[in-house]
Amino acid sequence: MSDIKKIRKGFNINMAGKASLRLVDNKLPETVAIKPTDFHDILRPKVIVNVGDTVKAGTPILFDKRNDNIKYTAPVSGEIVEVKRGEKRKLLEIIILVDKNIEYESFPKHTVSDLKNVSKEDAMAVLLKSGVWPQIIQRPFGIVADPEATPKSIFISGFDTHPLAPDYDFLLKGQESYFQAGIDILKKFTPGHVHLSISADKEVSKIFTKATGVDLHKFSGPHPSGNVGVQIHHIDPINKGDVVWTINPYGVVQIGKLMLEGIYDASKVVAVAGYEVKEPQYYKTFIGGRIDKLIENNLNNPEDNVRVISGNILTGYKVSPKGYLGFYDHMISVIKEGSEYDFLGWIKPTSKRLSYQRAIGLLSFMNPKQEFKLDTNTRGEERAFVQTGVFEKVTPMDVLPEHLFKAIMAEDYDEMEALGIFEVIEEDLALCEFVDVSKHNLQEIVRDGINLIQYS
Amino acid sequence: MKFVRDLLDKQKKHFEKGGKLENFYYGFEALETFAFTPNHTTSTKGVQVRDAIDLKRLMITVVIAMIPALLFGMWNVGHQHFLATGEQAEFMDKFLLGAQLVLPIVVVAYVSGLGVEFFIAIVRKHPVNEGFLVTGMLIPLIMPVTIPLWQVALATVFAVVIGKEVFGGTGMNILNIALLARAFLYFAYPTDISGDIWTYLGPAQAEVQTVDGYSGATALAIAAESVINEGSQPVLQMYDQAWYSGMFTFGNMFMGAIPGSIGETSSFWILIGAIILIATGVGSWKIMFSVFAGAYVMGLGFNAIGANEFMNLPAHYHLVIGGLAFGAVYMATDPVSASHTETGKWIYGFLIGILTVVIRVFNPAYPEGIMLAILLMNVFAPLIDYYVVQANKKRRLQRATV
Repeated sequence: MSDIKKIRKGFNINMAGKASLRLVDNKLPETVAIKPTDFHDILRPKVIVNVGDTVKAGTPILFDKRNDNIKYTAPVSGEIVEVKRGEKRKLLEIIILVDKNIEYESFPKHTVSDLKNVSKEDAMAVLLKSGVWPQIIQRPFGIVADPEATPKSIFISGFDTHPLAPDYDFLLKGQESYFQAGIDILKKFTPGHVHLSISADKEVSKIFTKATGVDLHKFSGPHPSGNVGVQIHHIDPINKGDVVWTINPYGVVQIGKLMLEGIYDASKVVAVAGYEVKEPQYYKTFIGGRIDKLIENNLNNPEDNVRVISGNILTGYKVSPKGYLGFYDHMISVIKEGSEYDFLGWIKPTSKRLSYQRAIGLLSFMNPKQEFKLDTNTRGEERAFVQTGVFEKVTPMDVLPEHLFKAIMAEDYDEMEALGIFEVIEEDLALCEFVDVSKHNLQEIVRDGINLIQYS
Repeated sequence: MKFVRDLLDKQKKHFEKGGKLENFYYGFEALETFAFTPNHTTSTKGVQVRDAIDLKRLMITVVIAMIPALLFGMWNVGHQHFLATGEQAEFMDKFLLGAQLVLPIVVVAYVSGLGVEFFIAIVRKHPVNEGFLVTGMLIPLIMPVTIPLWQVALATVFAVVIGKEVFGGTGMNILNIALLARAFLYFAYPTDISGDIWTYLGPAQAEVQTVDGYSGATALAIAAESVINEGSQPVLQMYDQAWYSGMFTFGNMFMGAIPGSIGETSSFWILIGAIILIATGVGSWKIMFSVFAGAYVMGLGFNAIGANEFMNLPAHYHLVIGGLAFGAVYMATDPVSASHTETGKWIYGFLIGILTVVIRVFNPAYPEGIMLAILLMNVFAPLIDYYVVQANKKRRLQRATV
């Protein structure tokens, strides 16, 4: 067992409404949707099904014309009921009506001892075809991995430090053998190591500690210590020209299931959390599952006063209460919509509103154990960059966030590269956006920078 | 507070697009956001919650940190007046006289500066930035109390327009705005901001009866004299012989009952402000500490050379005379014009300290070193940052070849 890597910089946002460890499995969604917008680099999506077609779990429904061997497949069996498009016919959602009994496309089945005889090419072909492949994310850029590339190594973060984050042990309960099988397959793709990072701050279940064939790392400290980008930076940083892959443990389990059972099983457990939820707990659903059933009669306030977020409150996105879960998300957060004026809100002392900072009247630092009920108000207007030195304190990496942001805004390619754009994606600098006095949309800036580098 | 909200909502339509006063939208908006933090919510992507801090709160924290120095400055203005005229006066008399003289300067600085800010915000159609809240308080505190009010207004307007707005507004300026205002007066109207102008004597400054031996010279001016006059006595001896006994002891200079700019004299009350800034995390303790450290080290260095009497002044005296403490705590820490990197802040502050003492000792014609030192280092801060950033890039490159 390796020694513990201590992360000192960062900040935990302690929100009220943590999901209790209870699983509800009778609220399965009636429809699911695949949203091409969940994948950063789908530029020219091509839908290969029509409304009225029936599909099985694992039937291809979509691909990107630039990279047509990565298939995006139906997570469930059923009928395609709608292909939703937005302005300029931008593809938004492909909606599938879920069958009562899920039928699966069948893929080759292996026994555990067989796995080592599976060739890299065969494994890759079945991952690409079945729809599991998009679970593998490539760094730099944080996009779906390019099957042609050979990654230097593969990183898995075994814990999530985001606000109200789900407990991975609970999400993956009973999937140990699939997880191990997934690791065995992943090892074929890289000449380097498969790194698995776990939290040193809490008890970790055996699913991770028992895994063999991985380099196990322990991280302790505040968010973003659970972010795979931060872990990469501390284990084996990405340099120019390097390609590494990252994958969520859920994706590893999917790979294992595909190889051992021969099916694409897109069922997943998600946490429904937040102080606006009556009973925050875990629910069984599918990738892209419709949210309505999970929050129906389960909210403290009417739907129009709350914001439903697919993902966590730092990196997730707003969805309609009748919307669909994002492809990569393992939680739904529900918080209050903060569209209220606040009389003298800029000077009023407050201990209920969380601040990383301690300027006059911001008293939350005196009671850090408190659980906060933050709403979506911006708490101020956008301004020019003024404060310095705070971004660095919440970024446990040797990057200078302010200078990186400014290089991106100036579209200075060389500077972006030199300042480490290859090492970060939005989530790694999300805390900067939270603490920013000047209220910039910094995650958007990071993605703009990545797009500039990637597509130039 | 509903009626204020209702009133604002009622008026708002006139200022919005298509209203008859739409050109003045940002003026209205600035007032509205002072009364109420806006009802904006986070965008659909990106962080869904935001930290409770905003720029207004950040700036008001600095203003609050300056209040101890301001209040003491008011008292000291009265105190110096009554010492010079030899009249007896109570605490409140001194304070009220001071307030009467200082508040008009504060008001003029705010009105002229905010006037420019609003005007430019309306013309250029952007929100009014809060940076001037701090600048408007800094400018009075670094003026002599006898400064003509029209000069305060002129200097403020000059500094805001030339120092800030031509560069693109708050956050874009290279130089510290308040110091620029003072530097402008120094070079435009030198007679009104140097010499024996530090003490208010009465409405007709020159004709007032002062006590025997009165001199309005500051501690820095006395020390500078020792350089000009060959074969001068040690500076400390000259301090001992001051017209008012005990005026220039270390203790009294630390407490600040000495002539000087309104807010700069009391190191003690400035340190209280420093504690507020550091405890709230708004001012960089690295810069403050390294300015003092730089000045002290340079003072010791001059002690070792000892070529003239000013060089022989014990190093710790440099920390309490002139505007060093004020500059270190409130001016050098301005995040926009200071170094932006953490390593850079150490270097930036230290060089300010060193340069301050160098300018004091080598430039007797113009003894106040901190102003020029900070302005000079403002110009060099981007260069310091450049090298710190280069070091970061180099670490990344070196990693790649390993």
